[in-house]
Amino acid sequence: MLRAIGIDSIEELYRHIPETLRNRAKIDLPEGLTELAVRRRLAELASTNATASDWSLFLGGGIYHHFIPSAVDAIISRSEFSTSYTPYQPEVSQGTLQALFEYQTLICQLTGMEISNAGVYDGASAAAEAVLMSRRIQPTNRRRVLMSRALHPHYRAVVATYLRNLDDVQLEEVSFDGNGATDMAELTRRLDDQSMCVIVGYPNFFGIIEDLAPIQTACAKHGAQLVTVTPEPLALGLLKPPGPWGADIAVGEGQSLGVPMTLGGPGFGFFACQKKFVRSMPGRLVGETVDTEGHRGFVLTLATREQHIRREKATSNICTSQTLCTLASTVFMSLLGKSGIRRLAEVNVSRAHHARDRLLSETRLESCFSGPFFNEFVVRARNLESLLHRCAAARIAPGVALGQWYPELDDCLLVCVTEMNEREEIERLVGAIGR
Amino acid sequence: MRERRSNGLSEPSADKHQSEASPPSLLFENGSPGRSGFYWPVESEKGQTTIPKTFLREDIPGFPELGELEVLRHFTRLSQRNFAIETQFYPLGSCTMKYNPKVNEVVARLPGFAQIHPLAPVEFLQGAIKLLYELERVLIEISGMDFISLQPSAGAQGELTGLMLIRACLTEKGNPRTKIIVPDTAHGTNPASSTLCGYDVVQVSSTARGMIDAATIAKEMDEEVAAIMITNPNTLGLFEKDIEAIAAVVHAKGGLVYLDGANLNALMGVAKPGHMGVDVLHMNLHKTFSTPHGGGGPGAGPVAVKESLSEYLPVPRIVKQDDKFKLLEDCPQSIGRVRSFFGNFGILVRAYTYIISLGGEGLVESSRMALLNANYIRKNLEKAYQIAYGEPCMHECIFTDRLQHKYGVSTLDIAKRLLDYGFHPPTIYFPLVVSGALMIEPTETETPETLDAFVEAMHSIAQEAKENPDIVKTAPHSTPVRRLDEARAARKPILRWDPAQVGVE
Repeated sequence: MLRAIGIDSIEELYRHIPETLRNRAKIDLPEGLTELAVRRRLAELASTNATASDWSLFLGGGIYHHFIPSAVDAIISRSEFSTSYTPYQPEVSQGTLQALFEYQTLICQLTGMEISNAGVYDGASAAAEAVLMSRRIQPTNRRRVLMSRALHPHYRAVVATYLRNLDDVQLEEVSFDGNGATDMAELTRRLDDQSMCVIVGYPNFFGIIEDLAPIQTACAKHGAQLVTVTPEPLALGLLKPPGPWGADIAVGEGQSLGVPMTLGGPGFGFFACQKKFVRSMPGRLVGETVDTEGHRGFVLTLATREQHIRREKATSNICTSQTLCTLASTVFMSLLGKSGIRRLAEVNVSRAHHARDRLLSETRLESCFSGPFFNEFVVRARNLESLLHRCAAARIAPGVALGQWYPELDDCLLVCVTEMNEREEIERLVGAIGR
Repeated sequence: MRERRSNGLSEPSADKHQSEASPPSLLFENGSPGRSGFYWPVESEKGQTTIPKTFLREDIPGFPELGELEVLRHFTRLSQRNFAIETQFYPLGSCTMKYNPKVNEVVARLPGFAQIHPLAPVEFLQGAIKLLYELERVLIEISGMDFISLQPSAGAQGELTGLMLIRACLTEKGNPRTKIIVPDTAHGTNPASSTLCGYDVVQVSSTARGMIDAATIAKEMDEEVAAIMITNPNTLGLFEKDIEAIAAVVHAKGGLVYLDGANLNALMGVAKPGHMGVDVLHMNLHKTFSTPHGGGGPGAGPVAVKESLSEYLPVPRIVKQDDKFKLLEDCPQSIGRVRSFFGNFGILVRAYTYIISLGGEGLVESSRMALLNANYIRKNLEKAYQIAYGEPCMHECIFTDRLQHKYGVSTLDIAKRLLDYGFHPPTIYFPLVVSGALMIEPTETETPETLDAFVEAMHSIAQEAKENPDIVKTAPHSTPVRRLDEARAARKPILRWDPAQVGVE
């Protein structure tokens, strides 16, 4: 090869690079390892973590431990899917493109919205992108964003980060009430004709199912857009989805639909809206078309919104769609189907309500909020620290302590119960907490 | 087959092409009411539900009703309609489509990584956090930077994060400034990220040699320029020789230097961004560090900085105290969170696995071989296709369709014809400054035989362009679908299955 190029050594290919840079470029890292050594080293690192098989996890808060049918990993492990790139050449990417088209359809069906993009990074950035989209749609005299304080704290933080350099937008938080839902009186009071959008969780961070009807009515009255954020989309297998409630933009985190927890990433953000907003949407969109012989096929479309065409005028800088994760969710939703997703959602409701009943009746934990919930609920403990210690000793993670984000809830625990928590496990939790 | 036909089965098509061309149906067009690939009994003991009936939905209209085998067959058939690294040579320029080692996949699926919850107490996640801490250290060593955050989910999010760090730093010095300089060869994400960060974009032209020079930057540089975003090697596959001088010009006026690390695969052991005067850098782990592209993500785009910017990095920050790893959330100068939890951890595990597998010398050898392969292709195609720039190339080389113009054959035609030869085409029509660009990045993981076969195909296409241009212009001929009508897709978008097939107006 060197001879073909007409050089004597590879170093000649670097001759044009300043010597001052080349001389200091050595990478001081250990020698490479055999595959066996690599696997042993990684297995050792993995072994010290609290896994769902060694521990009883009652942790939710945006990442959920659900059953994943074997067929999901079988499909996403196929290298035809995993080692392809963004489908720029549609003739040889019909597999990915059709799967994404099916994904977009499933998200529309699940959320009750008219259109969906092919996915974004995560639920938090989806929420931020939704606000930015609202900013593109709404006139410039509407720049107040009213964000529920019962929205996931990480999502609120990311929305704030994305907005920090856009001086026109005013980000405000709305409190929650004794039901654990967005405080309707406060929201109504603060909505005005400068309001751009209202963002609420559905279910919210406390697991509470917000009543979207009055929120939508209040938004509509003032011309503000309603953005719903769903960190646990399995809930939409059972709950009336954002579309029929009148949401303008419905986003969320898709991890719970067939993606392992993996310390919180990768999952994917889903992003759906009303079809009149299509040209303001961020992210990839797959559309149906025909080839020169009239056969149905799929392509990336409406690219004139995107960075590689519009550059600084693009709707967003995003160019990934977390495709392999959205594919996992597509396979997951296909397997569960109409009856399965409802059944699984019902099982979650049933187990979570059973667990709460047991905890409230058998321990000294108290209910914190009175609103309806899906698979998470908040309880108040007399001595949370000691409770957490007792549980950890029994290899139980009983929930997420809320004090780090909500000082007024520093004795409270967000408990999540899914189909993975067997009844015996719930009893172990009750026993570990004790009276 | 003949005996079976008497059982009422239709005669198989004699035309292989035709049978492959019959497009697969959509998920929603198959199945039968009540069917499901999932079994779970009704719960016997139910808790008292709190959910009012008015909050519940009916069945989800249109949702699939399929058995497990149906679902598997559907997606397996779809997968067969893809080109991928493991099926074809995929020399997509600027995307670094190198082999994605299988060991990465095995370790990322270990329960100790895949089955862990991000809100578990950190003392029970020490192995995972240690991995992140060590990945930070090795990426710092490779890049020559001082501090790093692994939070950003992708290169574009890394860019946005990096620009926010720059803005935060300049704001604290008294003036965030208003402009970012971006060369005309930059990825589209550079200007898009600048806008998102509240900056105006000043585009500068590269020289006839395909690089930016310090004199041009000196003319544009003033007290309103917050930073310059440079890609090095740039998207023409050329090393920006003036980079140190450019950095000096920018720094002299109080600006900062952002390096887009998309092309880091050319630099390992060759030159470190941290030595070039770079203040902020993002890396694409799905490019240089072999994590699978997944058909368009997930990736990971860590952002590394020099010490002067470290206080602004996103939270959480990872710190080591007495052999324990901790997370810092309370960093007053930080720009805050850019995503939930810990970034794309599963991708970070794969990148770490790749790095320790290769070791320092292995990484250096990767870059050397990537350069060798690109230059080999460049040399072997230079007679058949016009080279865009005469400079020696790094890890990718750019040709144009200039020599094929007289036969009416364009870059798009050449790309589509390559599909018939069983190769994924290069990146086309990018960078925008090269008319009819064909951007070829072979990576280090291809054998000389594969490179030769690709070169031969490109030569055949050049010959066909002369002798039988129609076969090139009407390509592809052997793919699952022929050229698709993209204008129609955009004119009246159909973005979901809908029995009524109503498009978006």
